[in-house]
Amino acid sequence: MTDLTRMTAAELAATIASKQSSAVEVAQAHLDRIAKVDGQLHAFLHVDAEGALATARKVDSGELTGPLAGVPLALKDVIVQQGVPTTVGSRILEGWRPPYDATVVTRLKDAGVVILGKTNMDEFAMGSSTEHSAYGPTHNPWDLARIPGGSGGGSSAAVASYEAPLAIGTDTGGSIRQPAAVTGTVGVKPTYGGVSRFGLVAFSSSLDQAGPCARTVMDAALLHEVIAGHDPRDSTSIPAPVPPVVEAARQADVSGMTIGVVKELAGEGYQPGVEQRFAEAVETLTGLGAKVVEVSCPHFAYALPAYYLIAPSEASSNLARFDSVRYGLRVGDDGDRSLEEVMSLTRAQGFGAEVKRRIILGTYALSSGYYDAYYGQAQKVRSLITRDFTDAFAVADVLVSPAAPTVAFPLGEKLSDPLAMYRQDLATIPSNLYGGPAMSLPCGLSDGLPVGLQIMAPTMRDELLYRVGAAFEAAMPAPVPPLDWEG
Amino acid sequence: MSEITRAEVAHLARLARLALQDDELDRLASQLDVILGAVAKIGEVSDAEGVTPMTHAVPLENVMRPDVLVASMPRDDVLAGAPAAEDGRFRVPRILDEDQ
Repeated sequence: MTDLTRMTAAELAATIASKQSSAVEVAQAHLDRIAKVDGQLHAFLHVDAEGALATARKVDSGELTGPLAGVPLALKDVIVQQGVPTTVGSRILEGWRPPYDATVVTRLKDAGVVILGKTNMDEFAMGSSTEHSAYGPTHNPWDLARIPGGSGGGSSAAVASYEAPLAIGTDTGGSIRQPAAVTGTVGVKPTYGGVSRFGLVAFSSSLDQAGPCARTVMDAALLHEVIAGHDPRDSTSIPAPVPPVVEAARQADVSGMTIGVVKELAGEGYQPGVEQRFAEAVETLTGLGAKVVEVSCPHFAYALPAYYLIAPSEASSNLARFDSVRYGLRVGDDGDRSLEEVMSLTRAQGFGAEVKRRIILGTYALSSGYYDAYYGQAQKVRSLITRDFTDAFAVADVLVSPAAPTVAFPLGEKLSDPLAMYRQDLATIPSNLYGGPAMSLPCGLSDGLPVGLQIMAPTMRDELLYRVGAAFEAAMPAPVPPLDWEG
Repeated sequence: MSEITRAEVAHLARLARLALQDDELDRLASQLDVILGAVAKIGEVSDAEGVTPMTHAVPLENVMRPDVLVASMPRDDVLAGAPAAEDGRFRVPRILDEDQ
């Protein structure tokens, strides 16, 4: 019998639609897979077998239909799902069951997508390794002693290890793309405003964006189309049609396109093995008929400092909502202590080290006397980075770079050096600051570990990522993890 | 040279409502010093003068929706997630001192 967990989302949807397998069988196969391997991976924080099977039955009865009906999916724990525990990887929300669905979840449910459970992540999506999860790290399916990327390492590990063909991630500075790169999967940060943020627990509101994780470019496109589109409940949602991403993934043709290699996203900080695979990927694109040019984006050198001022500033404000009153943890409420004391004790105990670090950093950057030099200057640099993109897109249809500067590193290696961890986002951050879409997809191995190719496109031209990505994937199929740790 | 002192971190922690332990303050002060040293590079960008600060990637302003009545979330569903509730309301620790 065919192993249902090895099939792509597109194949599963067709199998279910033609009644070769039921949606319940497909859901059960993935739940069994999770039961078998997740003890070693720890990709999931919560598995909702009952909810998954209930949705699958509705697909089998014909009540729910659509291009992904019956296909299982893993949901990053930063997105609220009614009645299902949502922790955001933090103790401060342990045990909380949201009273409503995020718009992304409503769309998935309406499309008959089977949500298997919630995936592990760095606390409040702050990190590049999932080691900042309050519930322990996730392990990379390529090597259990290494990180699966972050913050969405649970989603990428679930997809790479065949626990789920699809997952939802969120990307504030690279949290979909860097995990995709180091696990050999496909991850897309859509155009900011392309996917509703309603029900996404906010980290940095001007940067946060949910998007698809998958094993193929077409699967990512199918999921992209389900979750994207205008939402009146998110005032930053773009009121325009969803770019034709599925059509573009079918087109899979780069002939006549101009691809820009960003000069600044290379060199110091990038591993030689990563740069080598990237150079070969560029050759492959040339061979497929694309014209390759070098472009310069001089302000990208300042993207990392700009991001680590803007994102913590917004976070310090956003995370004020965890006040020990409306949801989650409350510590030290002995009838004697004041609200402020209880709030301060709760936040000190409920937040982990990285979250506290960023709250303090953001509070500092926003305080009077420093505001202009730090936060204000960072916002000006954000304008200049956007200008660099606009100039580059005047000569190239899309831009490319390595998605992550290194392959997956060993667990624990960068935990005591916050700056080294932050540098994982070197190549991914510029697109977040600008707002345009970007994809990471596999482009081979270095030392037996996956390397990611990043494609960046202009705002609301998400289809270009899929057109280039699908063409590249056809020429260079993704490597398959050996999974030799499986019993 | 230290850019940020332990006392400054303690002040910021107070503003952010974080009751940090002494060892956390020590650790944060030294880590923030390194991080601030790195992000201070932002000051080197010489052509930023006169540039309009970018607050957002989507240039939407005054987003309106029709003023239509819709049901709110059931009160009890919302209170069910609260650490403490009483008489259909969030229960909070005392806000004022007894003599106020």
